[in-house]
Amino acid sequence: MPRVSYTAPATVDEAVKALASAAGLTKVLSGGTDLLVQLKSGRVKPDLIVDMKHIPGLIGIREEGGFFVIGAATPGVMISANEKLEHAFPGVVEGVDLIGSTQIQGRASIAGNLCNGSPAADSVPPVIAARGTAIVAGPKGRREVPVEAIVTGPGRTSLEKGEFVVEFRLPKPKPRQAGAYLRFIPRTEMDIAVVGVAVDVTLDAGGTCTDARVVLGAVAPTQLIVEEAAKALIGHKLDAETLAKLDAAAQKACKPITDKRGTIEYRTKIAGVLARRAAAIAFERAAARA
Amino acid sequence: MSKHHVTTTINGEPMEFLCEAQQTMLDVLRDELHLTGSKEGCGSGDCGACTIILDGKLVCSCLMLGVEAEGRKVTTVEGIAMGDTLHPVQQKFLEHAALQCGFCTPGFIVAAKALLDENKNPTEEETRYWLAGNLCRCTGYDKIIRAVLDAAAVMRGEASA
Repeated sequence: MPRVSYTAPATVDEAVKALASAAGLTKVLSGGTDLLVQLKSGRVKPDLIVDMKHIPGLIGIREEGGFFVIGAATPGVMISANEKLEHAFPGVVEGVDLIGSTQIQGRASIAGNLCNGSPAADSVPPVIAARGTAIVAGPKGRREVPVEAIVTGPGRTSLEKGEFVVEFRLPKPKPRQAGAYLRFIPRTEMDIAVVGVAVDVTLDAGGTCTDARVVLGAVAPTQLIVEEAAKALIGHKLDAETLAKLDAAAQKACKPITDKRGTIEYRTKIAGVLARRAAAIAFERAAARA
Repeated sequence: MSKHHVTTTINGEPMEFLCEAQQTMLDVLRDELHLTGSKEGCGSGDCGACTIILDGKLVCSCLMLGVEAEGRKVTTVEGIAMGDTLHPVQQKFLEHAALQCGFCTPGFIVAAKALLDENKNPTEEETRYWLAGNLCRCTGYDKIIRAVLDAAAVMRGEASA
């Protein structure tokens, strides 16, 4: 691999300084499961790698008031092992769990999955569906942004020079609120999503949906929040007519490409099917919390 | 560019090495420390031939920088046997002929050992999913899965070593 400099700051401020003051291209290192592949292939040629894992809080999960806070570099294996987090956000844990192999789970993080900018990132739709926000640190201080505002296109983010994601904040679910994430791949493990769908719903005591978010992955240049799909659910129980409207709204929102994993037509149809199935799981989970 | 001085623990032994920032942990293990059990198959995290245990977690050493080993505990395939006594996973790989060319074997041994450290009684399905990041192009996996499940039984005291 080409030569590169490496630094492992101990604080957020040091990290911001390192990122902001470096000449040339800088790359943030969390688990490295995307970055090292890109380094080796020559796709990215950074002058400096900034390893965030020595900053306190960057690895770990904590509860803070009404929120779960997940450190940006927390590996998948720690996220899956956290029972309270899994109970609160089963959809998020499902998404994280689908990233790569056991070995990849040992290192890969949500921040890396997000900032790599892949439309097919499995952890991103469920975090958006859960109304997750990212705390971004930079030369001008900290800002809190909705997770959906980070990725602007394949491989591109809205982060400015010197900025990086410190942690994610997920508001604890309300009573009878739950999420689910499903992805489709042509095999059972170790592949990239053809389509991913996250659904998050809140029900009233009678099982009618009072709030919803539906997020599609791998069918557009970025993850998509489909307002029309949420509208199809809100005010309704999960009957055949509601599912049909949800399916149609999900399909209508798709702007996919054709590649070796699936055609435009195939991805669009699957998005509708997965939306139905993910909604059914989310409704069942939410009802079980009554 | 100066080299990084890294202090770490490998297979229970304190270890120091010098490396350049862009060297992967796999490069360091093989080229600097001459621990050549870990293999480079794909170099992109798909095949698992470079699998090591880092602070109790399974990782691909090809997707880790050598400098990241600072202060950590690393186990490679060279650290799996207890002296001259093979680990049950190693013994059962031999008995079940769970290898042919052997290139993937170190990764499978390390991954299987990590599985059995965590789960004394994995199902076949759990074992297959756990090992999904280890590719073998010779055996067809069946013998490997049988070897791991048999090793688990030995470690539980339910089968003979």
